[in-house]
Amino acid sequence: MSNGQGSREAVIAEATRARWELEEGFHDLLMESIYREAARIADGAVTREGERPRFDLDRAIDSVVTNRWLGFPIMFILLAAVFWVTVEGANYPSRMISAVLIDMIHPWLHNVGEWVGLPSWVSGVLFDGAYLAMAWVVSVMLPPMAIFFPLFTLLEDFGYLPRVAFNLDSVFRRAGAHGKQALTMTMGFGCNAAGVVAARVIDSPRERLIAIITNNFSLCNGRWPTQILIASIFLGSLVPAHLAGIVTSGAVVLIAVFGIGLSLLVSWGLSRTALRGAPSAFSLELPPYRPPQIWKTLYRSLIDRTVFVLWRAVLFAVPAGVVIWLVSNIHAGDLSLAEHFILRADPFALLLGRNGVILLAYVIAIPANEIVVPTVLMLTVMTSGITGLGEGSGVLFELDSASATGDILRAGGWTTLTGVCLMLFSLLHNPCSTTLYTIYKETGSVRWTTVAAIVPLFLGIVVCFFVAQLWRLAAGG
Amino acid sequence: MNETSEQNPCEGCPAHNVQNLIKLGIRMDQYDYVVALAGNPNTGKSTVFNALTGLRQHTGNWPGKTVTRAEGGFGFGGKRFKIVDLPGTYSLLSMSTDEEIARDFLLFGQPDVTVIVVDATRLERNLNLVLQVLEITDRAIVCLNLMDEAGRHGLSIDERRLGRDLGIPVIPTAARQGLGIQELLKAIAEVSSGIVKGTPYRIKDVPKPLARAVERLTKRVRDEYPGLPNARWVAMRLLEGDQRIVGAMRSGELGSIARLNEGLEATA
Repeated sequence: MSNGQGSREAVIAEATRARWELEEGFHDLLMESIYREAARIADGAVTREGERPRFDLDRAIDSVVTNRWLGFPIMFILLAAVFWVTVEGANYPSRMISAVLIDMIHPWLHNVGEWVGLPSWVSGVLFDGAYLAMAWVVSVMLPPMAIFFPLFTLLEDFGYLPRVAFNLDSVFRRAGAHGKQALTMTMGFGCNAAGVVAARVIDSPRERLIAIITNNFSLCNGRWPTQILIASIFLGSLVPAHLAGIVTSGAVVLIAVFGIGLSLLVSWGLSRTALRGAPSAFSLELPPYRPPQIWKTLYRSLIDRTVFVLWRAVLFAVPAGVVIWLVSNIHAGDLSLAEHFILRADPFALLLGRNGVILLAYVIAIPANEIVVPTVLMLTVMTSGITGLGEGSGVLFELDSASATGDILRAGGWTTLTGVCLMLFSLLHNPCSTTLYTIYKETGSVRWTTVAAIVPLFLGIVVCFFVAQLWRLAAGG
Repeated sequence: MNETSEQNPCEGCPAHNVQNLIKLGIRMDQYDYVVALAGNPNTGKSTVFNALTGLRQHTGNWPGKTVTRAEGGFGFGGKRFKIVDLPGTYSLLSMSTDEEIARDFLLFGQPDVTVIVVDATRLERNLNLVLQVLEITDRAIVCLNLMDEAGRHGLSIDERRLGRDLGIPVIPTAARQGLGIQELLKAIAEVSSGIVKGTPYRIKDVPKPLARAVERLTKRVRDEYPGLPNARWVAMRLLEGDQRIVGAMRSGELGSIARLNEGLEATA
């Protein structure tokens, strides 16, 4: 064995020399010979029944769902239908769970606390902070997730997701991004962290970074309860009751589509500036449609996704609940810490069509997007001094109906504009802490993680600013 | 009709192989053999993996589901097997992360047997990968999966002829229905223990100047690392300037493969 370093280098050098002697593109030549031989071997082994292939159901479905004109409308209708079923179906179980967790168990906990003789600040932190945050997250998130995830997984199992990618592929390529980004973006609708991990299927580092940075523009499941609630309060209530469900889910779909548009726009911008380069080619296989394995799907989407995501949300909500209680109960001078912040932030926030309450709620809820709405409600009640609702400062609560929530918000100075801007900002702000951590793990770079956090936040501020100014101009204000 | 959809008459017999399958999940501290699971995306690799290990690796009907490798174990015929589910790839020649994971494991992980899961309804495209894997290893089995779908599409596949052409065992399966798994287990046991030896097909139809350069370089590589089982493939990668392989050449990493292979040959 001639193990010398020198002779190894000589082999490498010879390979390099030979590469220059060969004509360019011998990689392709090699691929072609592999394809040729694969075709020959396959040809020998496969026989088709009859002369003509029979009517192919897969091809028939594909010709409709990936049709140039029908593909996109069908995609939006399917998405809207999934949202609609979720919105309509989640209401009732949500109310039942909150009746048990909030109306029954919460007062009971307080009684137990009194009986044991806990100091009021301890029971405040524990029951009004930590417990209520947990209870809210469970009652608001569990029912829609238990409906949404199985539906989404059924679509995935059936084989529809690759068709979405197929439809979007050409658009993404035109934006200078990888076609597979359509797949990672679709996964992002479930969870951005999952979408970021899925970006591993993209070959080139440049296109992978683009996919990772723009994944946050996919409305994740943590954020669409916010979207749905705000849309039903401020937009659904503008139309007659029987149209409300359609208008609400339509508005949410619009926001989601706006996210897709921004995802494309930012990809386009990045691929022409910081991450310049040509899109690389890839082959996207449209797998055969398979009848979904319904029971397995239900089981797995409940165990693997619903419980997993819920657990994460609870984990983040509990400390956030404690923080909320503390900032609204620790006083500096006459005002609580929360009120100080809201007063300072108000002028800036109004420029963006929002108010200081929403800004503070976002700061508190950075770890878990899903508790933004309860935080907003609690802070609004506290500062606008509505009495008879809620249970005192720092108490997270839920109202029996969307219209009651609407009353509070309007009393707190909310308008349709505030609602629209909250929806936009919920789409456009920094990713949640889990996603940020995942981005850091995947890219290994603090710089790109920072970019991924700042780009959407910056866009959110710009978009909300312009929407607010234009809206006020149009309204003649 | 294909053969897998017929009831196997041995199925009910207590001495039947499948009864000997012990699903070990992730308990695989000691094992006798390592099995790699390769294949195109969306051919049912994860389903085969789950059928063998009893694990519930998430499966989904779309390419790119498995982006890292998953590991599990099973016992069969008194031996313990560690099985590694590699990311699905269409080829091993471009340099995406998933292809690199798959290729590196096949090359440096030195599995005792590589099961290439193939979509029977898309045989031609899938064979591209099979041919590339066979350049790296000759301890391979083709698992001709989704035979049920092939039947539905009116395709019939002559797996014996395919096996002869490729020079390795070809096992038809329908993993979702659990059909053909026992035959697959038997083949895995036979190939990993060396009872069955393949003489895999190697790509022949290469343009002349390229073939000459590859041949020259193969000889040099073999001089450097005698006993390297895939010198020709290494030569081709060097020719393309594959940095990972150039690095392995330079550091002597390839030498460990050669030595391992000689050891295997001696015990088999």
